[in-house]
Amino acid sequence: MRYLARRLGLFVVTLWAALTVNFIIPRVMPGNEAQAVLATFRGTVNPAALKALEIQFGTNVHQSVFASYFQYLGNCLTGHFGVTAQNVSVVSEIGSKLPWTLGLVGITTVIAFVIGTVAGAISAWRRGGRFDGIVPPSLFVLSTVPVFFVGLLLIYVFAVKLGWLPLEGNYSIGATPSFSASFIGDVLKHAILPGISLVVVTAGLWVYSMRNNMVTTISEDYVKMARAKGLKETRVMSGYAGRNAILPNLTGFAMQIGYVLGGSIAVEYLFSYPGLGYLFYTSTTDHDLPLMQGLFLFYTLAVLVCVLLADLFTAVLDPRMREA
Amino acid sequence: MAVTEALSEPPLEIEAAVARGRFLRAVMRNRKAVIGAIILFVMAFTAAFPGLIAPHSPTAALYGQNSPPSGSHLLGTTQLGQDVFSQLVWSTRLTLVVTLIVSAIATLISTVVGVTAAYLGGAADRVLTVITDIFLILPVLPLLILLATYLPPGPTSLVIVLCITSWAFQARQLRSQGLTVRNRDFLVAARARGERSFYIILVEIVPTMTSLLVASFLSLAVYVVGFAATLQFLGLGNSGELMWGTMLYNAQQASALEAGNAWWALAPGAAVALLGSGFALLNYAFDEIGNPALRPVRRRRKRRDRASA
Amino acid sequence: MTEPLLDVRDLSVDYLTEKGDVHVLHQVNFAVAEREFVGIVGESGCGKSTLLFAVAQLLSPPGEVVGGEVIFRGRDMVRLHGGELRHLRWRDYSMVMQSAMNALNPMKSIGGQFKDALEAHGTQSREEIQSRSREVLELVGIDAVHLGSYPHQLSGGMRQRAMIAMALLFTPQLVIMDEPTSALDVVAQQSLMTKIRELQQRLGFAVLFVTHDMSVVSRYSDRVIVMYAGQIAESAPTEAIFERPLHPYSRGLMNAFPSIRGPRREMAGIPGSPPDLANPPAGCRFHPRCPEAMDICRTREPALYDRDGAKVRCLLYTEEGQLPAEPARETQSS
Repeated sequence: MRYLARRLGLFVVTLWAALTVNFIIPRVMPGNEAQAVLATFRGTVNPAALKALEIQFGTNVHQSVFASYFQYLGNCLTGHFGVTAQNVSVVSEIGSKLPWTLGLVGITTVIAFVIGTVAGAISAWRRGGRFDGIVPPSLFVLSTVPVFFVGLLLIYVFAVKLGWLPLEGNYSIGATPSFSASFIGDVLKHAILPGISLVVVTAGLWVYSMRNNMVTTISEDYVKMARAKGLKETRVMSGYAGRNAILPNLTGFAMQIGYVLGGSIAVEYLFSYPGLGYLFYTSTTDHDLPLMQGLFLFYTLAVLVCVLLADLFTAVLDPRMREA
Repeated sequence: MAVTEALSEPPLEIEAAVARGRFLRAVMRNRKAVIGAIILFVMAFTAAFPGLIAPHSPTAALYGQNSPPSGSHLLGTTQLGQDVFSQLVWSTRLTLVVTLIVSAIATLISTVVGVTAAYLGGAADRVLTVITDIFLILPVLPLLILLATYLPPGPTSLVIVLCITSWAFQARQLRSQGLTVRNRDFLVAARARGERSFYIILVEIVPTMTSLLVASFLSLAVYVVGFAATLQFLGLGNSGELMWGTMLYNAQQASALEAGNAWWALAPGAAVALLGSGFALLNYAFDEIGNPALRPVRRRRKRRDRASA
Repeated sequence: MTEPLLDVRDLSVDYLTEKGDVHVLHQVNFAVAEREFVGIVGESGCGKSTLLFAVAQLLSPPGEVVGGEVIFRGRDMVRLHGGELRHLRWRDYSMVMQSAMNALNPMKSIGGQFKDALEAHGTQSREEIQSRSREVLELVGIDAVHLGSYPHQLSGGMRQRAMIAMALLFTPQLVIMDEPTSALDVVAQQSLMTKIRELQQRLGFAVLFVTHDMSVVSRYSDRVIVMYAGQIAESAPTEAIFERPLHPYSRGLMNAFPSIRGPRREMAGIPGSPPDLANPPAGCRFHPRCPEAMDICRTREPALYDRDGAKVRCLLYTEEGQLPAEPARETQSS
């Protein structure tokens, strides 16, 4: 319990750090950049929102930095994250694009995690064999390849040359969103290439930790004991070795989500897939500071939630932790 | 990086191995090390002597536009009529230099933070650890983009933002290593002599960690290559500079894949992947050499699979 | 004489390493009769634990059986594979390891680990599993409520007893034990050993027991096997080996342990250290440290010779040796 309390503390401190980064950026931005942002907003948003922005930059404002800081923190804690350059509330803008990214990233992460973990387990089981010699290094090397390159290759082969799959967007132009089978099929077709890009690059993130932990676990006496009891090898590997190898590493695994989210930004840009990542990209070209800040905070929150969930999961499932 | 993360014990055996001169032999025997070393050597050579390899000027827009690979233009030309191959070759230098500088600085910061935290202990340790954890959890690419958007585009900004986001990667490992070294006799002797903490950290502790430092440097390089290219690909670099990432950006802006010369878009990406792999292989091999537990178990004869049936 | 329960013949085990093969066990020969309690003693590294794992068919790489047979109830286990071997495991012979903290899965309850074993051998019904689990816990004196406990929640002694209970789930004919008392304090050791002996006599299983603790061996075993450098040095009934050790190494071992009773005498260790098993000495493996080494010991490898109901691997007991069968314990003249 105390462990969880400490983790929660880290959670809060990290959120605070993210908020502070958000606050500092406009303050230290070079002058011409600041002007560019303000210029973008002057034309489109209402005066109140413009004022809020000016407070952030510290221009036209008769407040000390600290007062502005606390006001800013207060705004964030009450959910006031400002408006985008199109005068839409940041929160609702994020909310509308969230499902697309959630679907893409959520599903691919699960798939990649399963692939990585299973590959790691098999490699450890047949250590020194052909599988072990080929799969983990390949997956690992793949994970060092920038995800957009994998995407480029896939686009070139499957979309441009072969024309089998669409090269951009989340559904075909002109299609109306609905829950019909044809629309869902269309969505899936558009999600395949981005999805594969993400899976290929992220599966490797989990292979090595899993493999090395599994190798250590397999050499434990209780695994030998399980064999001695006459249990089938598959049962030994899954019930005794596998389970014990994964659990202590769940948190480490969750920390990799940050990298996956980063990858999703590049992928969405490449495929013009209108999710949060693409939004993040357009906010840079549009000089849309509030949107960027909101998204950055959101991403941080997402990682923190995953890490906390992993911690919780571990604490609940590991009998040794329950006492603590 | 995942590989070094999985190391439970810091690779101290490397020091002994170097002393006995077996290190070089171990490197030679390890296939991954050799491949990685070759890749990096080729890259370094290309970076040092691009003129020897590239047939044309990288920026001269003299040749036919968007033409496919041919005899005189191995990778075709860009939308502006520049030779892609020459551009690729000449871009190696800046790309490699940025990578190495960032890795070096980040490793340095990492070491200072990690070892100081280990050495000072107590409240200083806790504070430094929290700061490290924060930077570890903050998602890297979003932070990079946020910072890079508002700094003047160019390699200097790239170096700055990359250093800010990369230093935390290895700080934890370096701290663990620092902790194991902290109470050794030679340090107690140094303290007894009255040496200042800074001196102790720099002169006494850091040299024992050379293997971990090299491993950290290599791990970081793997990721810096990719992140730098990604940032530039997203348009946050200076598109006029000669780097692989900016080539990718320009190619993407010109829809090279569909409408122009696909190689213009793919070749720089492949180069980035290759450089990253080179560092990764070397890193992987380095870990194996230092930590025998991770080495592949070579099966000698056909095993009689009794116990594991 | 009836068929022995376990008959190990010429068993050799090597560790295959990159630098060459290490001959950890070399032509080990011994037998265990039903209900017999056999203790195996020796220095660290003599191969006694490896012997146990080899007999139980639990060797992991780089260890491998490279020769010999392990005949258990008439069947050579080395040649058995997969399903047949699994069928025998735990039902006909089971194992107790040194550290229960390591041998029990920290993430499963005691009851869960019992259940695994029971289910693996066909017991499916919940009631049967429950009742048998309680029975074995009762045998070792642990309250049945601990079926739901996890290993870290039990004390050291309780954990070891739980392991023993688990080993008795199918009332096997042979229980192999690898230093089960080493991790315990002296009092817990005593109580555990008494329990083991009591269970043995009640349920009638044979015990193959590895230890470095001579006091345990002297009190509880019927027969003692002394190992050195991967070979059996001497094998004799307990009383014989303590009163009249034949092999110079056994004599050294007996002299190295003080006795609470009896006259005070000088303590003598055995000088030198065990040989490198990648390159064992030529001839008798003990000759470099042997106070009674003869010239011939350097070149000729001794076999196991019979002598008054004991077996000893020493050239002193062949015609060349010409030593009396009862050497005095006090004086050691070379």
